[in-house]
Amino acid sequence: MVPGVTDHRPNPEELLRRVQAGERRESRGRLKVFLGYASRVGKSYRMFDEGRRRKQRGQDVVVGAVQGVVTPDIQEILSRLDVVPTLLERHGGAEYQVIDLAALFRRHPGVCLIDGLAYFNPPGSRNPERWQDVEELLDRGISVITAVNVQHIRELQDEVERIGGKRAADSIPKEFLLEADEIEVVDAPPEALIDRSGGIAPDSRRLAELRELALLLAADVVDRQLQDYLDSHGIAARWGTQERILVCLTPRSNAEDMLKSGIRNTLRFHGALIVAYVEQPGLGAEDKRRLELHLERARGMGAEVHGLRGEDFVGAILDFAREQRITQLFLGHSSRPRAFRLARSPIERLIDAAEDFDIRLFPHPHPEGK
Amino acid sequence: MTEAAEVRRGRLKVYLGYAAGVGKTYRALDEAQVLKQQGVDIVVGYFEPHGRLETIAKTEGLEFIPRRPLTYAGSEFQEMDTEAILHRKPAVALVDEFAHTNVPGCERTKRWQDVQALLDAGISVITTMNVQHLESLNDQVWHVTGVRVRETVPDWVVDEADEVVLVDLTPRALRNRLERGVVYGPDKAKRAMENFFIETNLTALREMAMRHAAHEVEEKLSPAPSSVASLGTAATAAGGSALETPPTGRKERIMICLTGSPSSAMLIRRGKRVADYLQADCLAIHVGRNGTGREDVERHMSFARNLRIETHIVEAQDVPGAITEFARGQRITQIFMGRSTPQPWWNQFRETIVRQVVRRAYDMQITIVADRRRKG
Repeated sequence: MVPGVTDHRPNPEELLRRVQAGERRESRGRLKVFLGYASRVGKSYRMFDEGRRRKQRGQDVVVGAVQGVVTPDIQEILSRLDVVPTLLERHGGAEYQVIDLAALFRRHPGVCLIDGLAYFNPPGSRNPERWQDVEELLDRGISVITAVNVQHIRELQDEVERIGGKRAADSIPKEFLLEADEIEVVDAPPEALIDRSGGIAPDSRRLAELRELALLLAADVVDRQLQDYLDSHGIAARWGTQERILVCLTPRSNAEDMLKSGIRNTLRFHGALIVAYVEQPGLGAEDKRRLELHLERARGMGAEVHGLRGEDFVGAILDFAREQRITQLFLGHSSRPRAFRLARSPIERLIDAAEDFDIRLFPHPHPEGK
Repeated sequence: MTEAAEVRRGRLKVYLGYAAGVGKTYRALDEAQVLKQQGVDIVVGYFEPHGRLETIAKTEGLEFIPRRPLTYAGSEFQEMDTEAILHRKPAVALVDEFAHTNVPGCERTKRWQDVQALLDAGISVITTMNVQHLESLNDQVWHVTGVRVRETVPDWVVDEADEVVLVDLTPRALRNRLERGVVYGPDKAKRAMENFFIETNLTALREMAMRHAAHEVEEKLSPAPSSVASLGTAATAAGGSALETPPTGRKERIMICLTGSPSSAMLIRRGKRVADYLQADCLAIHVGRNGTGREDVERHMSFARNLRIETHIVEAQDVPGAITEFARGQRITQIFMGRSTPQPWWNQFRETIVRQVVRRAYDMQITIVADRRRKG
């Protein structure tokens, strides 16, 4: 039993997914990705260097694709490795470097090094994009080590553009990275890039933002791996490494402040934001309307909204918070001051029961009892 | 004095990893070699070889400042000779193991304080540390790994670094290194792989290192105008205007309520971490009745001051009243409190301090921090 975690029984669908994933993984090659935030950060070198070291340790390593200008240090490594050259194909006046899949299948190495993961293939190819070629290699039991720049992740294109980078024509889906067996970040300060490119100073702010993007993407991939590992061993982590904020709304909540605060915290911590409400029977028409407005606002802000069912308000929230690995719960203060304090209010009961997450109480828009 | 005032502070660069053996020292030495080739006056101020051959080979040709032998409790120790480095006055010094605690008898308790002295003297420093040595992550690391890390570095020291570079390696590759005996000798490696170096620990620590490296990059970005209004458009929060100010428009001010209880250390770390991420002011208060338990409180207060938290002590009989009043006077936007131990069933009518504050400060934001005890 891993410390800091409790037993957790997965549901049948989860189990099935896990078994299938396990079976698939058995026969499949392993995928390792070097992730960088700009060209010249040293991804390719790290990838080929790993190939060199693996060959030294007796693995059957073959180079399947080299990209662009090859630096002398990479050239030196390449001279010691088997290379299956890419095929040059012309289509519509453009030239394409295409992985020689047939030759690689025949050669069937233990490990194949593929640089320039985001390239696309000319129209009419077996696969439109190179990452799909890589999938085929993996399916045939060939392990792949590859390198990619964060600017080529499909789902991050808006972000890359906002930062001031160019949208990449060729890109790979984030899911491909999330499914990788291993990912390794190649990090270096932007100043090192400026030195290496020979004095041409690219915008250091833009580079810093891309760097942050790459680090956070890698953290997400690692988080997925951690969850998969814990799930597949039937254990639920009680305290993850990511902040997960649950905003719990009621008709009388100050939803505006709570949601804005939730978003600000989520962005600052690069965490996750979840909004929930407890379905209560016998809610008046006015309260129903208010709650619906709050939820509408939450959805408009891009949050996922969950309706919780349960006999007991406190129990429903506690169960959901545990299931979602919540680290901070946002709630409104009790709406009415009580004359008698013998019984605990729901909020007091939550405070007493919440051992794994912080509770942040928000004032109501118009505090009563004044 | 006049000379010191003219000295330009050295630059600090931190190679950040998540475990022994990921290659921090190797990367630092690699940089030292490049600098030396470029003609930079660089020395090795402290280097911990751990018997790793590839790393030792990287030191070839570098100038070493000999360590300083010290005897403590009958044993011989070797510490960094800070005075000798100051005397030698290189442009750059490589100082391994930033989080190290010096043996009693040294001028300074911690190596990071020695490094501050070098920086103050205008010497730039390249250093190495693991993410678990960051003060603000101490509780989280304990939860994940079961290890209470004793050698910590206050976050502000790392935040002030000019560069924090992540040294990444996959846990699988790290465990392979352990198996091959690159990191430790065979006995220690076996024990390590069964304990701290289990896959979940490594993966969780690695994620923390990545998130922290991202945080450091973001901290160093000056705010730029941008209109960030929802989650979808702002995966990186760098400098979004919506993030600079809390919804109220006022700068956020966090107040941590300390007691003499041991859990206050966790409360301080948590409050300060939230304050740092929200770029909020952070202060701590203790309200005491008749100065009871002062010693424990003073220990927490000094811990808080070490983390650059402003501290206050207030004498009052009505503790919740004093907390609420002080918070209003200080224009606090968020009160941080630890959970009071719930009252036993036969004593439910006696309200805990937390409940009283919650009831009386209904117009303020209050955060009740979980104790997050480890189970199992």
